[in-house]
Amino acid sequence: MPSPRYTREIPSRYRLEAGRCKGCGKVTYPARTICPSCRGEEIEKINLSPRGKVVTSTVIHVPPDDFLMEAPYAMAVVETPEGARLMTQVVDCEPSTVLPGLEVSLEFRLIRKEGKSGILCYGHKAVPVA
Amino acid sequence: MREVAIVGAGMTRFGELWNQSLRQMFVEAAAGALNDAGADRVDSMYVGCMSGGQFTGQEHLGPLMADQFGMTGVASVHVESACASGGVALRQAFIEVAAGVSDLVLAVGIEKMTDGADVTNVLATAADQELEVYYGVTFPGLYAMIARAHMHTYGTTEEDLAWVSVKNHRHGAKNDKAQFPTEFTVEQVLSSSMVAEPLRLLHCSPVSDGAAAVLLCPLDQAKQYTDRPVKIVGSGLATGSLALADRDDPAFLDSVQKSGERAFKMAGVGPRDIQVAEVHDCFSIAEVCCIEALGFVERGKGGPAAKDGFTAIGGCIPVNTSGGLKAKGHPVGATGVAQAIEIFRQLRGEAGARQVENARLGLAQNMGGSGASSVVHIFQGV
Ligand SMILES: CC(C)(COP(=O)(O)OP(=O)(O)OC[C@H]1O[C@@H](n2cnc3c(N)ncnc32)[C@H](O)[C@@H]1OP(=O)(O)O)[C@@H](O)C(=O)NCCC(=O)NCCS
Ligand SMILES: [Zn+2]
Repeated sequence: MPSPRYTREIPSRYRLEAGRCKGCGKVTYPARTICPSCRGEEIEKINLSPRGKVVTSTVIHVPPDDFLMEAPYAMAVVETPEGARLMTQVVDCEPSTVLPGLEVSLEFRLIRKEGKSGILCYGHKAVPVA
Repeated sequence: MREVAIVGAGMTRFGELWNQSLRQMFVEAAAGALNDAGADRVDSMYVGCMSGGQFTGQEHLGPLMADQFGMTGVASVHVESACASGGVALRQAFIEVAAGVSDLVLAVGIEKMTDGADVTNVLATAADQELEVYYGVTFPGLYAMIARAHMHTYGTTEEDLAWVSVKNHRHGAKNDKAQFPTEFTVEQVLSSSMVAEPLRLLHCSPVSDGAAAVLLCPLDQAKQYTDRPVKIVGSGLATGSLALADRDDPAFLDSVQKSGERAFKMAGVGPRDIQVAEVHDCFSIAEVCCIEALGFVERGKGGPAAKDGFTAIGGCIPVNTSGGLKAKGHPVGATGVAQAIEIFRQLRGEAGARQVENARLGLAQNMGGSGASSVVHIFQGV
């Protein structure tokens, strides 16, 4: 991944920065310039709580090449208390136990490595709340 | 707007066509369509292809294909909307003829997926790179999440989904263009290898090569080319969010509903008037979601439709008589045009062993990504 692109995406990936529309309250992750609900342009920056609930999930058995060593792994759409939804891997658990309704916390982790000499890419992964 | 008809169709077999290049497949399908209509020229062409660039390294398909087809000089452009590229090419051709800009327009869908590209990665470029693919999700993975949401919300079962594949393979077994014209049992589907839970190998459309072409002209010129033109009476295109996380209900495909409503409105008909339909079953769950969003069944009630025979040939609304993407194969950019060809054959009474009796109105729905784009056409026999 070209480093300018990686750098641009750091605020949302590292700090879970999102946007809330001042007009209608819609939360989008990451923040957008225009609200997808009301087209309002007054968007305030918020930080998402690092926790949420699984909306839907899967266990990937046939992965992309970069994730070959990790399969099978669970992935889920997680909704935070602010109403933002994000796609994450769910780790540190038996993948088949990741089902809708599961409570998770969002932890800062290594997401992927770009070959032997590329950059290390970070972001959040979900871990079931004990 | 002028009335528009399809007057000719041609397609390659779908499958692993190792001996045929992207351009050879194009020429076979395009020449088939022109021969079918007895036409010797075109005014304009639309080439629907998801990613000649990533699958084969070749872009700029508009002029390349015009040249290969011996038609250098004609207007020819590549259109892309992921797996809906073919359906969108058809829509562009329809609009150009309807607008009176051109008389003879060719819509071609093509894809060459087996030339060694990393197919999973290429397909994933139709999903959100920053928000989804970065974290390791695949296309089957996205539809698996749609499936799990549908099961969780509406009680759809893995067996319901397996029946979609069983039905479509039964239909596809009667199609000599199909990649997998083989029947499977529910048990075989449910014991095939896991791809992304709850979806298994036999819930997934395969990786395919192929091309499909249709020739369009104004209805009042159609008799020059054929005794049995098929009218395009409705066309609708709609978009939805690229990322699954941005949809209120991940088990419902808004873009499919909107594209369907637009096409029905233009045609002045409703879902109950349709007698045969091709819908985008890239995964078994997709057919379930599409028949709901198109209004063939109520929202949440699509699960048992295949098992109950509702969508089988002989049922209330036969869906995917060609075998669908599942059995016929899914060379992504070619699919939308191939769907139109199946309806064209059905409405002309040329579908052989899979003919739906007295079919007069048919529908084809073609979708891109995990439902971020959808295009619907409604056809009428004349
Ligand atoms: C499902 C999928 C991952 C399987 O790929 P794979 O694990 O590499 O499987 P293989 O190609 O090794 O195939 C294994 C066997 O099953 C057969 N097969 C493969 N896909 C099949 C399918 N969808 N239906 C029936 N049989 C299939 C193969 O012919 C092969 O048979 P063989 O062992 O007798 O030769 C792949 O087909 C896929 O990604 N499909 C989805 C495509 C997609 O996302 N399209 C876009 C949707 S919008
Ligand atoms: Zn708003």
